[in-house]
Amino acid sequence: MKHIIQQVFHSGKFVFGFSIFATILLIVIFYPLFVPDPPLTILGQGTFFPPGIYVSVYDSLSATSYTLNLDEAAAKRIASKLSQEDRQAVKEWLIAAGIPEAEIDPANTEQLLDQWFANYDSKKNVPGMTNAKRNYYIRLNNALKGLLSPDAATVSQTNPQTGEMEQIDTINQTDYVNVSEVANLRLLPLGTDNFGRDILTELIAATRVSLQIGFVAGIIATLIGLTLGLLAGYVGGVVDDAIMFVTNLFTVIPTFVLLILISFSIGQEQRGAFTIAVVIGLTSWVWTARAVRSQVISLRNRDHVNLSKLSGHSIVHIILSDILPYIASYVIMALILQISSGILAEAGLSILGLGPRTTEVPTLGLMINWAMIYQAHILGNWWAYMPVLVTIALITFSMNLMNTGMDQVFNPALRD
Amino acid sequence: MKGYLRYFLNKLGWFAITFVFAFLLNFILPRLMPGDPVAAIVARFAQGMSNSTGVQAIYEQYVELFGTNKPMWEQFVIYLQNVAKGDFGFSFSQYPRTVADVLKASLWWTIALQFPAIIVGWLIGNTLGALAAYLKGGFDKVLMPLSIFVSNFPPFGMAVIFMVVFGVNLKWFPTSGGYGFDLIPSFSWQFIQSVIIHYQMPFWSIVIIAIGGQAIGMRSMAIYELNADYVKYSRFMGIKDSKIVGYVFRNAMLPQITGLALSIGTMVGGALVAEIVFSYPGLGTTLLRAVLGQDYPLISASTLIITVMVLFANFIIEILYGFIDPRIKAVQAD
Repeated sequence: MKHIIQQVFHSGKFVFGFSIFATILLIVIFYPLFVPDPPLTILGQGTFFPPGIYVSVYDSLSATSYTLNLDEAAAKRIASKLSQEDRQAVKEWLIAAGIPEAEIDPANTEQLLDQWFANYDSKKNVPGMTNAKRNYYIRLNNALKGLLSPDAATVSQTNPQTGEMEQIDTINQTDYVNVSEVANLRLLPLGTDNFGRDILTELIAATRVSLQIGFVAGIIATLIGLTLGLLAGYVGGVVDDAIMFVTNLFTVIPTFVLLILISFSIGQEQRGAFTIAVVIGLTSWVWTARAVRSQVISLRNRDHVNLSKLSGHSIVHIILSDILPYIASYVIMALILQISSGILAEAGLSILGLGPRTTEVPTLGLMINWAMIYQAHILGNWWAYMPVLVTIALITFSMNLMNTGMDQVFNPALRD
Repeated sequence: MKGYLRYFLNKLGWFAITFVFAFLLNFILPRLMPGDPVAAIVARFAQGMSNSTGVQAIYEQYVELFGTNKPMWEQFVIYLQNVAKGDFGFSFSQYPRTVADVLKASLWWTIALQFPAIIVGWLIGNTLGALAAYLKGGFDKVLMPLSIFVSNFPPFGMAVIFMVVFGVNLKWFPTSGGYGFDLIPSFSWQFIQSVIIHYQMPFWSIVIIAIGGQAIGMRSMAIYELNADYVKYSRFMGIKDSKIVGYVFRNAMLPQITGLALSIGTMVGGALVAEIVFSYPGLGTTLLRAVLGQDYPLISASTLIITVMVLFANFIIEILYGFIDPRIKAVQAD
């Protein structure tokens, strides 16, 4: 046993897959210890806030302000306000004013503004320009001047006694607050989803639930498959025929169709994560049963099994001590594949709207389902679906790598 | 020919038994559902109606129409008779359209999308897998991890990524539907062009997933075969490499054909979900709408059609396999 484990851990593929999987497991276990928020708390009012650090504006006003004189501050401020169309309009004007196109770079804000203020003249008559366009340029010029003016912004508050607005503070353009002194800030590394929930916390909870679903489904499927395969292969005769009849039926009837029918029949109310896992397990044992059976048939007439039979051991004893050890490696590999396909099956069902009931726990499939319903993929809100897809792909990829690695250890013909 | 006939009849028998069983499952499972779908549909139709006898009349009319008031076995007999006539009853969610009508509109989209995609994916995947086993080295080192990754990628995930990259960002292809929303299905050049453009993304997202899985399977098959004694023997005899590769490819191909027959159900399942992502007007999208509308005649009929499609594809592959596999030919010669 120890030797086999050592051998398995010498396989590069297995170790790589195992380390990805172990990392995911560790994150799933330890993250909730550091961030104890319930995963489905609704934080944001609105949908799909982009990832980033959210700093309370109100608290920033009362935090100590520091004056920093940074050279690029003004340029950056304007750059963030100047839209792509405005830049294009400025470029058009400059070309009309006689500046060679090669010298104008709409992306370089500082240079663009210098050129603008050097060349703009509201009285200049550009041939072919409409009046609306001329007014637009005047507005644009004023807006740019406003942005550049060193005036402070005024903060005022309604006096509760008189009901009048009173100035309580002014904020200069050179005022800064230290983020660590602001009372309230929240890091949303993956933004929020369509309900305004923190995606990272939700994703990790979802990964945990999906892994649990995978494990339950995988273990159920493997147990059923193993039992039926052992019975069919070892006992043979009528038992074999009966089991193979059922197995052949379920091989051809698409599992996905069965899953849809069963989960629909269970109904929305009864459909918890655990129920879905059991349903997936009950519908996906076929492959294991077939494979175990064929392995057992090849083992059935080996000398050590015959010897055991002659010694009068019971069927249970023979199966447990003379047959199981020989197929154990195979069964573990099958279990790994079952877990990963169980996770995929849950995701597929959830996208169809047949996943676990939505109010209690998130699962990876449900997160995709929500993102799709709220059209995150069309709106360009990548943080709502991409991390989920990557997580699913990483889980199944790591499990299949482990499987391939083990396959190469146990099947020498496949070794490189 | 006698041997082949026996093989054919055996497969046909299996096909029939599986079909009956699938049909039964299809009838029974949705009817075990708690709650009354007729009540749900009536509640929607009767919204704003204050006349309770009117609601009652509507309810009874629907119960009569769908036959949900009769005992289970009687419903089954009626269902059997109707299905034989191609009549699946009315759709609950898209009433007054019949289920047959809804399915007729979506079935061909699915067939035209999935079967070419699966076959193309299978062909490319097998070629790449065989090449990887034969060439080894760099090609194998690049192709294998890539195939493992791609084949483990969920089908809907591939669809979403295709859509975001090629549809939303690059704007090469439209993001949803089977044809332009401003067109009416007809045999005009404009319509066909629109269908072809809308076809690309769902098609390739299914093909790529299929390639990955098939390449892995073919590679290990071909490696087994390349190490087999007959290959070594042929090399000793000085038979040309290209000829040996031909033998190896053929022998490795046989299990892959059975593999295709067995995995076609899974592939179709994945592709149905991919359809949903692209709102392709096929069975997947219909199924989604049926689930959302608690429409059990439609669900039951769609799953039945999908099962029959998969069973039929399976049957065809098995029959073809009988022609190709030399062992079955050997039985025929006896």
